[in-house]
Amino acid sequence: MVDTSSQNSTKKPSAEAPTRREVYEAGIRRRANRIALISTVSVALAIVVLVPLAPGWDAVQRAFFNGRVFAATFPGLLDAFLLNVMIFAWSAPLIAVTGLAIALCRDARAPALFPLRLLGTAYTDVFRGLPVVLVIYIIGFGVPGLGLPRPWNSPYIWGTLALVLVYSAYVAEVIRSGIDSIHQSQRSAAASLGLSDRDAMRFVVLPKAIRNVVPANMNLFIALQKDVALLSFIGPVEIFRQAGVYKSLYANFTPYVGAALIFLALTIPATRYADYLMNKQNRART
Amino acid sequence: MTAKLVLRGVRKRFGSLEVCKGIDLEVAEGEMVWLIGATGSGKSTLLRCMNLLEPIDDGTIWLDGLDISEPGLDPQPVRQKIGIVFQSYNLFPHMTAAENVMLAPRRVRGLSREDLRPKVTQLFTRFGLDDRMEHYPDQLSGGQQQRVAIIRALAMQPQIMLFDEITSALDPELVGEVLDVLRELRRQGMTMVLATHEMGFARELADKVCFLDAGRILEQGPPEVLFAKPREARTKAFLSRVL
Repeated sequence: MVDTSSQNSTKKPSAEAPTRREVYEAGIRRRANRIALISTVSVALAIVVLVPLAPGWDAVQRAFFNGRVFAATFPGLLDAFLLNVMIFAWSAPLIAVTGLAIALCRDARAPALFPLRLLGTAYTDVFRGLPVVLVIYIIGFGVPGLGLPRPWNSPYIWGTLALVLVYSAYVAEVIRSGIDSIHQSQRSAAASLGLSDRDAMRFVVLPKAIRNVVPANMNLFIALQKDVALLSFIGPVEIFRQAGVYKSLYANFTPYVGAALIFLALTIPATRYADYLMNKQNRART
Repeated sequence: MTAKLVLRGVRKRFGSLEVCKGIDLEVAEGEMVWLIGATGSGKSTLLRCMNLLEPIDDGTIWLDGLDISEPGLDPQPVRQKIGIVFQSYNLFPHMTAAENVMLAPRRVRGLSREDLRPKVTQLFTRFGLDDRMEHYPDQLSGGQQQRVAIIRALAMQPQIMLFDEITSALDPELVGEVLDVLRELRRQGMTMVLATHEMGFARELADKVCFLDAGRILEQGPPEVLFAKPREARTKAFLSRVL
């Protein structure tokens, strides 16, 4: 990281007096900053002043931003959020492995593997074409309906399976685009050294391809973190469900706002980090 | 001298474009053959056909008397005997120089890094790169990358080396260090075929120069003959443009 930043800083630290151009550009920058500041402050002021003037503001404030309810429910929400984190923690590796396997199936060139390739294509088409909620409902309610014995009717298992099915289809597509992004000349170079197609994929194409798609996959996993909340529909009392329970208990919507804040506390840094990685990669490419 | 590599009537087409239109060529053991000719005359394609990166449409290629152009033949053992170096280096960017070189011997010959280390270090030292072994390709200059690519091909101990315009992407001051490598290989008696635009060095190093024009070898001979007294008008025209 230190390397790239030092490579990117093309400007030399000049001890001499600024050139005409530097003076001009500094002026432009100051002006731009001033305008941005004024514009931001006026928009913020408008919101703070105008929104409370709306006729329903008092009611909304009581229902959504109630400090007392917030304080009473927030620790409980945090506890419930642990369940989200756990479901995410065991789903994510399963998704990564399944997604990779499907991507490789779709890239299989040997004729004997054609059924795998067909299956991989069908899989990604079907599961990218369905709403996540629908898959969770069908599998989460459908499979335990078979009357399976005790541990096997758990909504955790089937809810996780639903998430893995849907998200691995997306991850597979992202990885496949990464594989496609590796230039044919890399495969030629591997082949010319006598490496088999398998070894070329494993040692030359995949390591680079996976690295190229890390940012895109991070965005998928951020989406997964949010979609874990959908499992509440088939039973697990995670944060969204817990917020619903508190809502009924206190007859107040503030717990939902609390839940939203908890989600954001995790997803915003993660999104920023994914963007940072993406930018870094774009810069490295140019 | 015995013929190491023999091509007879080799044809290769890409779609409707016939790039090689019946090429006959013999490369003797230890010989250095330079292919010259305009861009698009078929030099690179011919090299790629020789180590089976491109399957040929018609004709025959023999390596040590063995027909390697047989359709359906497993290309891997052949490619291990014929190394190729590309214009754009094609190093693996996520591996260090040393890992680039050791990958194929490890996977194909089943050798361990420990087995390979002394030999690989020796190769890097021979080409003046022993202090660059742990560098990644993007930390190396073009000339250094190209030398690593040559070392990578040599590490498989090929019997023939093919070079596809290996100096075209290099700054003039870096060309010398790569050509030094060729001189060194020639001294050791490596059999080599090169596609090139470096006419000056062809004159110095080549045993045989072949002028390709529109997919055919129009004229071939020792450099002192071909450069000084070309028979064909097309050869004369080409040489007068580039010399």
